[in-house]
Amino acid sequence: MTGTHRWDVLLAVAAGGALGSLARYGLGTALPSPAGVATLLGNVVGCLALGALMAVLARQAPQPRLLRPFLGVGVLGGFTTFSTYVLDGLSAAYDGHLVAAFAYAAGSVLASLLAVVAGVAGARRMLDRPGRTA
Amino acid sequence: MTPAMVMLGGAGGAVLRYLIDLRVQRGRTTAFPWGTLSVNVLGSALLGLLTSWVLAAGTTGGAVFALAGVGLCGSLTTFSTFGYDTVQLITQRRHRHAAANVVVTVLAGFAAALTGLLAGGALWS
Repeated sequence: MTGTHRWDVLLAVAAGGALGSLARYGLGTALPSPAGVATLLGNVVGCLALGALMAVLARQAPQPRLLRPFLGVGVLGGFTTFSTYVLDGLSAAYDGHLVAAFAYAAGSVLASLLAVVAGVAGARRMLDRPGRTA
Repeated sequence: MTPAMVMLGGAGGAVLRYLIDLRVQRGRTTAFPWGTLSVNVLGSALLGLLTSWVLAAGTTGGAVFALAGVGLCGSLTTFSTFGYDTVQLITQRRHRHAAANVVVTVLAGFAAALTGLLAGGALWS
């Protein structure tokens, strides 16, 4: 990527970010309590999906130019969030639930890493299924 | 109205994250994801500041928080890229990079949000 930004890429990132954020907001509205559950669920699902997306894209040649900016950077980047995760953790700690805050902070990271691995592995299995042609 | 604000902020946050990541990573040869770390720390500080304003105002923050907090900060920061980058580092057997990425991102993120909360508390009081 050179110094000039391609407008179609920026537009794909923006459109994806709007949709991903709306989905995150919708999930938070559907699961308002206890605090942090919607954030954790969204982050885990988003990590699973990004792992799968990257595994699929690794097998694509040539890569569709706008697919990663739209789905990876935009939709999944906008759907998952780090800042709300941190504020959720701080809120639990402030309320005196130190063990819960620590478990949430560490558990989110662990669950998300496992979700990425599961997403990559799952997508590769699907791609490698016998009977599938190129 | 709120969903529209979230979408608008979310679009801006994603573009900002993309541009900051490009700028931070430009010219770097390191495998360490400095760009994602930067946006996550920046967004956490900003959300801490906004949250202290909401707490001080005693409201839900309305359209402003939907735009800047839920939309912009939520989308500026990301968990999926953080997770994917970390797994990539582990796969490449850069275990120290992976561990550092997790520890630094989480500690710096919490410290940044706390700083934002405290700074906001002094600012809005």
